[in-house]
Amino acid sequence: MNYEAVIGLEIHVQLATKSKIFSGASTAYGAEPNTQACAVDVALPGVLPVLNTEAVHMAAKFGLAIEAEVAHRSVFARKNYFYPDLPKGYQISQFELPIVGSGHIDIELESGETKRVGVTRAHLEEDAGKSLHEDFAGMTGIDLNRAGTPLLEVVSEPDMRSAAEAVAYMKKMHSLVRYLEICDGNMQEGSFRCDANISVRPKGQQAFGTRAEIKNMNSFRFVERAINHEIERQIDLIEDGGEVVQETRLYDANKDETRPMRSKEEANDYRYFPDPDLLPVFIDDVYLDQVRKLLPELPDQKKQRYIQTFGLSSYDASVLTSSRELADYFEIVTAKTGDAKLSANWISGELAARLNKEELEIGASRVSAEAYAELLTRIKDNTISGKIAKDVFEAMWNGEGSADEIIGSRGLKQITDSGAIEAMVDAVVASNPEQFEQLKGGKDKLMGFFVGQVMKASKGKANPAQVNELMRKKLQD
Amino acid sequence: MSHYHEKSLTELSRLLHAGDISSVELTDAYLSRIKQHDAVLNSFITVVGDQAMQQAAEADKVLRSGGAGPLTGVPIAHKDIFCTQGIKTSCGSKMLDSFISPYDATVVSRFKQTGAIVLGKTNMDEFAMGSSNETSYYGPVKNPWDIGTVPGGSSGGSAAAVAARLTPAATGTDTGGSIRQPAALCGITGLKPTYGLVSRYGMIAFASSLDQGGPMAQSAEDCALLLSTMAGFDEKDSTSIETSIPDYSIGLENPIEGLRIGLPKEYFDEGLDDNVRQVIQSALDRYRELGAELVDIALPNSGLSVPVYYVVAPAECSANLSRFDGVRYGYRCDEPRDLFDLYTRSRGEGFGAEVKRRIMVGTYALSAGYYDAYYLKAQQLRHLISDDFKRAFEQVDVIMGPASPEPAFKLGEKAEDPISMYLSDIYTIAVNLAGVPGMSVPVGFADNKPVGLQIIGNYFDESRLLNVAHKYQQSTDWHRQIPEDFN
Repeated sequence: MNYEAVIGLEIHVQLATKSKIFSGASTAYGAEPNTQACAVDVALPGVLPVLNTEAVHMAAKFGLAIEAEVAHRSVFARKNYFYPDLPKGYQISQFELPIVGSGHIDIELESGETKRVGVTRAHLEEDAGKSLHEDFAGMTGIDLNRAGTPLLEVVSEPDMRSAAEAVAYMKKMHSLVRYLEICDGNMQEGSFRCDANISVRPKGQQAFGTRAEIKNMNSFRFVERAINHEIERQIDLIEDGGEVVQETRLYDANKDETRPMRSKEEANDYRYFPDPDLLPVFIDDVYLDQVRKLLPELPDQKKQRYIQTFGLSSYDASVLTSSRELADYFEIVTAKTGDAKLSANWISGELAARLNKEELEIGASRVSAEAYAELLTRIKDNTISGKIAKDVFEAMWNGEGSADEIIGSRGLKQITDSGAIEAMVDAVVASNPEQFEQLKGGKDKLMGFFVGQVMKASKGKANPAQVNELMRKKLQD
Repeated sequence: MSHYHEKSLTELSRLLHAGDISSVELTDAYLSRIKQHDAVLNSFITVVGDQAMQQAAEADKVLRSGGAGPLTGVPIAHKDIFCTQGIKTSCGSKMLDSFISPYDATVVSRFKQTGAIVLGKTNMDEFAMGSSNETSYYGPVKNPWDIGTVPGGSSGGSAAAVAARLTPAATGTDTGGSIRQPAALCGITGLKPTYGLVSRYGMIAFASSLDQGGPMAQSAEDCALLLSTMAGFDEKDSTSIETSIPDYSIGLENPIEGLRIGLPKEYFDEGLDDNVRQVIQSALDRYRELGAELVDIALPNSGLSVPVYYVVAPAECSANLSRFDGVRYGYRCDEPRDLFDLYTRSRGEGFGAEVKRRIMVGTYALSAGYYDAYYLKAQQLRHLISDDFKRAFEQVDVIMGPASPEPAFKLGEKAEDPISMYLSDIYTIAVNLAGVPGMSVPVGFADNKPVGLQIIGNYFDESRLLNVAHKYQQSTDWHRQIPEDFN
């Protein structure tokens, strides 16, 4: 039987506020344990939460960016459960009245089609602390530095049908929150993490199958692997006559497997109720208009602009707008070279391949946008060929200097003197008389051979267009 | 032997400013009285004598050099629910017996800034849950008018200490009557302000949407002085209200001719003790003599108050008390086997029976499948109760009735009967549910035990409440009576 997966994601976006959502303590990552936990974070008797309005501002930005309704009145609720790294014994979250209502984002599928994925809601909440099991034999340490860090939990509709779609959605969301500058997007530090709800059903069936939830995924690769693994596990289970049980599973990246964490029967009753320590959050249209004015150009808008003003393909425009940093890089290069297509080709080609290979983000590129533009300018003004440019790029990457410095020191400047090239053409023709006769006789394929030989003789420095032209002239002689 | 204790807070303030007495003398006198009498009363959990004397010496310097406020050098006591930096803050519970607060509650720091002297921390029902002060881990407080009876609760220590003149004044908190009912039973004056007027920051939460701190003292005049210091917006408390705070002492002498006093028929029904009724009636007669007009009114949803309260308050407390888990501070059981054991034994051993009862009731009320029927319904009914008051205040200026259905009852009399204990607050609870201010003023005795008149005002109408109470106290001396054994 053919199966279809149904996937919904819950993404936890850590908001990039300076202080915590309900206290004045810093949110900076990596401090000594418990040095960034104030009386409110430790939940001393008598302390009270005070909402950080910056978190509200960021949530509103997000809501507008996904074309969602930002609630005029939203309410914080207490989610009650006991855990040592949850100091109050409840988490302040939002339940019935979240700040962001239903919206959507568009993702690009491998086929090139665009798919709209629904966002059910997004709500503000505080993060818990961390339990440290490793460092203390037979004991657990508690670090409350993270307790109270603001999170925006973004819940999608079960609109995705494959791991690839889920990853595309997650990447788009990742890009969006960084465009909006509401999250640093650092997945290793847990600033952007995701839980997935997965079920399978026979293709064509309307009703959803029983779902399992996979927690603890903080990289795109893990999400893809974990979802694929879970889909396979569920299909195998059903094929063997078994049933999927509703449960929470944990993805273990080391073993590449999911294993049960808790089942629905053990699930907590969180006893949500409105937090009497916090007033409802009221947001009016004036406020929203102000937020809207401050919104940056969003990825989809940028993409359209690239297609319309630069004449880029939809694919190139998508790639280049996939992150704000990449788009900024592209725009600097284009401004300097005055050639958007050349810039687009070389950024999504050579540079992207290199970054990919070294697993680097564009921000960590060893060749700056200005330096890269210099290189591309040398292609454009025929100083070097594209082929030579690749070598120059390699040298630039290795820190050997600027494009002009490398071209100069290595003597890579393209030969455009037609006399010199003609001499090389004559020499190549003279040493390959038989092939030249055949070429004359109509064996056009040999044209490439002769051009190649001339290029080789020039050590790649001859202008290939000129070589072609001179060869053609030679044939007519 | 000095007789400072016969003076009111206001009088002591004048004497200090006139240089007739020093804060050191005064503080020493009160510390001596505590030493002399509190073994019997048990109204203090902690007395900080050395610190108080140091503060008094500092206050005397300020008093001599000028720049002193009305409370500079005046001794007071804080209910042990307010966090006090460097001083044990137990909330009447074994759970916090070892807890020394690293910070001051906003109310505490406001008093500190005015130069008031803290004598110590007063006894209370555990986590403010009780109406007799018998649920305290530190043992019951005795009513100075009859040490075989309770002082009321939960601010029983503050009420008894003020009544016995072991302190000129004390802070209290009132979630369902915890200032007014003990004030009534001990014959002192207590005010529960409008919800949001006094910061809750550093006041250990029982039921967040109902808790409110307020003053307890001999007279309305004293309460006015205290409230002017306690009230005001606090950015650390999101439910505190940004409103300009008047000097509550200024309007005290306003005439009350033509004052319209509403008498809700529900507050004079068969549940009211006959002797208490007579005392209240004579107080109302006095108001009529003072020129007020008595108007019969109805608060038709009064009957819902106790059931609504015993859903809302336990529900909120069940979450508020979750932080007491034995992990970071407070009581921890010996040698926990695992996490579950740590939680269950720390909480099982650290909390008393009444606290556990309310946590369980509240947890139940919030559980899946019950939330709508209990918590949600209770919140809806709460609006009806508020609406009763709003309608009443369209007709009248203040509402009056008894603060407690009966005078002080015997120690142990209701300890095993929670329902009858809960009914002690039948006339006070609605005020918390609506968030309006209420006072209790001593107006006489029934069986030689004090009776308190409750005066309820509209939102932020504390000035009027204090004015109405003060005018009565100017023409009577019930508030000046001191229990014989403590004079």
